Amino acid sequence: MTEVLDGFRDPEVASRLVEAIAETATAPCKLMEVCGTHTMAIAKHGLRDLMPDTVTLLSGPGCPVCVTANADIDLAIEMARQPDVVLATFGDMMKVPGSYSSLAKEKADGRDVRVVYSPLDSLSIAEAAPDKHVVFLGVGFETTAPTVALTIREAARRGLPNWSALSLHKTVPEALRALVNDPEVQITGFILPGHVSTIIGAEPYRFLAEEYGVPSVITGFEPVDVLQGVWMLAKQLAEGRAEVEIAYGRGVNAEGNPTAVAAMQQAFQPTDAEWRGIGVIPGTGLALRPEFSRYDARIRVPVSPPDPREIKGCQCGDVLRGVTLPFDCALFGRACTPEHPVGPCMVSSEGSCAAYYRYTDYGRA
Amino acid sequence: MCLAIPAKIVSEPNETEMAEVDILGVRRRVSLMMTPTASLGDYVLVHAGFAIQVLDEAFAAESLAMLREIGIKNADDLAAEAEGLAEATEDVSTATPGIEVS
Repeated sequence: MTEVLDGFRDPEVASRLVEAIAETATAPCKLMEVCGTHTMAIAKHGLRDLMPDTVTLLSGPGCPVCVTANADIDLAIEMARQPDVVLATFGDMMKVPGSYSSLAKEKADGRDVRVVYSPLDSLSIAEAAPDKHVVFLGVGFETTAPTVALTIREAARRGLPNWSALSLHKTVPEALRALVNDPEVQITGFILPGHVSTIIGAEPYRFLAEEYGVPSVITGFEPVDVLQGVWMLAKQLAEGRAEVEIAYGRGVNAEGNPTAVAAMQQAFQPTDAEWRGIGVIPGTGLALRPEFSRYDARIRVPVSPPDPREIKGCQCGDVLRGVTLPFDCALFGRACTPEHPVGPCMVSSEGSCAAYYRYTDYGRA
Repeated sequence: MCLAIPAKIVSEPNETEMAEVDILGVRRRVSLMMTPTASLGDYVLVHAGFAIQVLDEAFAAESLAMLREIGIKNADDLAAEAEGLAEATEDVSTATPGIEVS
């Protein structure tokens, strides 16, 4: 298996695909990926520089940490400030600035904030500290939401009295509709997220082709995967087709993972969610269902965070919609660097600004 | 954040569906709750401590072979490159099961 997977990094296969893209993409097109792992893969392997002049690769709102609104980060911080609360979350969330602070700063100030690899680890923290209340802060798209859904179910199975989840999870397909409907955003094709699609399959994206005539290809994360996705999009455009295709068949099937989807639907129900840069998109949030209210941090740890405020000068919101490139932000590389980040797109390791800063010669642009 | 890493299942799952996997030489315990068909020796994609899908090795090998073939066809006959590519791309959409879903 390892040898087979190495093949998806084969430079010879990649260079043939680059040629095939150049021959196929005769008309200008703007292709957007909506997954932070794609953002990093494209930047790391220099794939933008391999594209013909006709192909522009844009990064969209694919970094769950980056699209989390200040008000939601403020809410998590306020929970961490409550006495006897332990806040556990993924490492990606620690440095993300809210309106006034970040979880990393709160930890430095003495709050009990812990990083876990798996949401299940937060159950062990709760079992080991019966006199504390553990809040697990869940962030992420459909790839991650089922892991938290199953952790909620596991907490219920164990009857844990001192554990709850704050769900800031979001779902991808309706955000794509918001982008297609945004007159400022002109997208001719979507490079669809591989591991979100591992869970939800291809069907939820069908509206892109049928209602909007926008081609899309579910794409993997090795260089050959990404190039194959771009090539298949170029082919659809050249042939005047608009379909949902899969260029990542080893990890995605058209039906998705029904066990994971069922777990997600059992624990969560759709709610409105605010996306940084886009605004509120109806039905794209995941709230705990009333039958799991014992495990809902919004009920167990009620708090009133101060009014949110936006970061002055930060264009992260426009970067997330693909209407501003990181280079075009006045703060980029000057006031805002990975060492001293101002906005979430620079903080998160898979944010667009961090990817551009780390892997491209930004001084040249 | 949606990073998922291929790993090989190296132990039978216990009563809570936890099993040991090998991720590039590193052993760790992950939950198989989302992949009820996964068994010892299978490769799975692991995300946040859960296996989220069984990797289809046959499919991976097949799609790679198909992509390699595009390259060879082009290299063998540079003069007819454009034509060869058109044929090869036709092969892709018909010869790879499940690649088109809509």
